[in-house]
Amino acid sequence: MAYSFDFSSLLDYTPVLVDGVATTVGLTAVSTVLGVALGVGGAAARTSTVKPLAVVVGAYVELIRNTPFLVQLFFIFFGLPSLGIRLAEWQAAVLAMVVNLGAYSTEIIRAGIEATPKGQIEAGASLGMTGPQIFRYVVLGPAMAKIWPALTSQIVIVMLGSSVCSQIAAEELSFAANFIQSRNFRPFEVYFLATALYLALAVALRWIFSLMGQRMFAKGVSRA
Amino acid sequence: MRFAKILGALGLATAVLAGGLVSTAPTYAKADALERIAKEKVLRVAVPQDFPPFGSVGTDLKPLGYDIDTATLIAKEMGAKVELVPVTSTNRIPYLTTGKVDLVISSLGKNAEREKVIDFSTAYAPFFNGVFGPDDIKAEKAEDLEGKTVGVTRGSVEDIELSKIVSDKVTVRRYEDNNGTISAFLSGQVQLVATGNVVAAAIFERNPPRQPIMKFLIKNSPCFVGLNKNEGPLLEKVNAIIAKAKDDGSLNDIAKKWLHAPLPKDL
Repeated sequence: MAYSFDFSSLLDYTPVLVDGVATTVGLTAVSTVLGVALGVGGAAARTSTVKPLAVVVGAYVELIRNTPFLVQLFFIFFGLPSLGIRLAEWQAAVLAMVVNLGAYSTEIIRAGIEATPKGQIEAGASLGMTGPQIFRYVVLGPAMAKIWPALTSQIVIVMLGSSVCSQIAAEELSFAANFIQSRNFRPFEVYFLATALYLALAVALRWIFSLMGQRMFAKGVSRA
Repeated sequence: MRFAKILGALGLATAVLAGGLVSTAPTYAKADALERIAKEKVLRVAVPQDFPPFGSVGTDLKPLGYDIDTATLIAKEMGAKVELVPVTSTNRIPYLTTGKVDLVISSLGKNAEREKVIDFSTAYAPFFNGVFGPDDIKAEKAEDLEGKTVGVTRGSVEDIELSKIVSDKVTVRRYEDNNGTISAFLSGQVQLVATGNVVAAAIFERNPPRQPIMKFLIKNSPCFVGLNKNEGPLLEKVNAIIAKAKDDGSLNDIAKKWLHAPLPKDL
């Protein structure tokens, strides 16, 4: 163990790292909002009585959950141009992350929806609420409250998975780390710092979601 | 620790052995290699077998490539039979200095350290990093890249050199390996690529709709034939053969066959 650590060699690359963190946060924020929205829609479709819709969404969920994220990303970035659809790396990254999170959150939210007691839905119907109204005011709220921790974990996984987007030259945190390491040849220091940054981002993300959960569901929203 | 000691002992033994070899070598090298080649009608050439398109092993297990064709051409001009000796990039110069071969034709670049040990002929093959792209994009210098997207393999020589010469207005996309860079170019995700002429030749080999045509040079390091020192007549002969092959187009044919591009005019 004659390795001498030199973290000062990272100072020159601070802007690269800051850009990388910002891109990772941006990618995660956009794909979380869109992905969870897609998941809510997907879960509604999958539990709906319209059979064809449920089947199509089911196929989408199975396709995405049973293929590697990297392959999905390469398909979008390197494959789609053959069909004339050319996306920039950040567009491809966001699309892949949204599609991926959409599939997983569909399943998570569906589990929450199916855990709603029948009596609640019947109570809504007996109050004269329409189907969409029942979904919005009776089913979705309690469902989200139940699956909030699971959804949080999935979003953290997607955030960490965004490191894969470095492979299509999306300049997020892992790209920044790889870039610096190929210039200053200090892999230990660079990846140590990248690991610490990812850990900090994940902890911050969990904390934000836990706060959101408390605000949204604490005062009996789940009983609404 | 014991392992390290054994390694050290082995290294020492190798050094002693190599020292012995080197000390006997000059007696061999002093003999006029050209005379011996003319007498025995055999030209021994060190060629690569792990570096396509310069040298690799074909399906019939025979070596083939740019360097092998060049070796055959030189031997033919000398009226000798070529004897190909497969070498690696680390042992090619020792093979020459210990007299196991007459010439090294093994995508050998010239530098000051090597010039202390061996002599070099004139250049016989182009080897360079440059910016490549399809016909419809005009780019003759680094400034012309402004507003364009260029793909490059991260951390490679061409990445370091390109980063020095381009401004912020150029979008440089850095990929993990050459395959990523090639895919990005072929799928149109980047307009141009900065890479080696050998990689560009490999892209050409797939006969793609987007062809990487040389735009401008980033770093040039052509290949030379390596010879032992004090082999003046052989050096003259090899240079004469290369000059003739450049004139009559036979070297150009080899370049087109293996690199899918004609010889650069300044070679």
